[in-house]
Amino acid sequence: MQWFMLTVVGKDKPAIVAHIASALFEGDCELGEASMLRLGGNFTIMLMVKHDGNEKSLQDLIGTETQSLGLQAHIDKIDGALHHHVEPDVRITVHGADRAGIVAKVTGALVEAGLNILSLESDVGGTEEQPIYIMSIEGRANEGIASLESALSTLTGQGVEAHLRPVEAVFA
Amino acid sequence: MAVLDIRLYPDACLKQVANSVEYFNDELQSSVSSLIETMQNAPGCVGIAAPQLGISQRIIIIDASQRKGVKHHGMQVLINPEIISWDSYVIGREGCLSVPDFTGNVMRAETVIVEALSAGGQLQKFEFEDFEARVVQHEIDHLDGLLFLDRLVSRRSDLFVRKNYKGKN
Repeated sequence: MQWFMLTVVGKDKPAIVAHIASALFEGDCELGEASMLRLGGNFTIMLMVKHDGNEKSLQDLIGTETQSLGLQAHIDKIDGALHHHVEPDVRITVHGADRAGIVAKVTGALVEAGLNILSLESDVGGTEEQPIYIMSIEGRANEGIASLESALSTLTGQGVEAHLRPVEAVFA
Repeated sequence: MAVLDIRLYPDACLKQVANSVEYFNDELQSSVSSLIETMQNAPGCVGIAAPQLGISQRIIIIDASQRKGVKHHGMQVLINPEIISWDSYVIGREGCLSVPDFTGNVMRAETVIVEALSAGGQLQKFEFEDFEARVVQHEIDHLDGLLFLDRLVSRRSDLFVRKNYKGKN
């Protein structure tokens, strides 16, 4: 059995996950970690699938479903495995008027200050005329929280508001 | 009195409502000792509840002093604990001895007032804040058959992190 990363995108409609999961289950696959989001009206999922075969045979297992639902599937063989979690120690939320380069500027400054990004979700709200950009990041502060706070303070003066909170997991 | 095995989800004991302690006898003291020893044997652990050791009784131990820089009351044995008031809500990260290899975001009251009996049966009242408040709520949930898995919220909710539910509005 080999782990694959299955990526599926397409126009969103009800029951896509159920159809794909059923096809994989009937094909004796195991499912691992997954992230599904609706982005701009599109269905998107990245899903770890353990399968006794190759990319082609996995593609064939879900072929009927993806065709009938009008979805695109992409499959990569991966080295990953379960139980390889890295716990975040910091959470950052950023918002501001939407403008070109905001993600590059914020993530660039944070990475420079030692942040290893473990997850990032972003959205555009506001109105068509006055869109706002909202981003939520979790990661590891490899050079400490103070370094990230300093990086964020330089961004705050540039029309971006950022909030940083340490993530201290209660373990009980 | 020993380090005991931690019950892991989906062990049925973790999903049961635990019984109130009625007798402050040797058996209770033995359970308390086992809970303390087991908690202290788990690195980084700041709390434990009796159902995690398969003991269906309303006993929890908390010890937020293990975490640097947080307000705390030291190690406390809380028997039949009851939260009598809650104030402000905040999302934070939690993990659990009974749910290895997973942490998640959970919304908890930032401040709670708790009444409980001591190991000797004396009525005590505590005001817990921030980290320690989260620990005590996590442990009291165990007594009601609830795990943090039952209260997970998504990361996206973090944008609405502080809510004050005081009053009717």
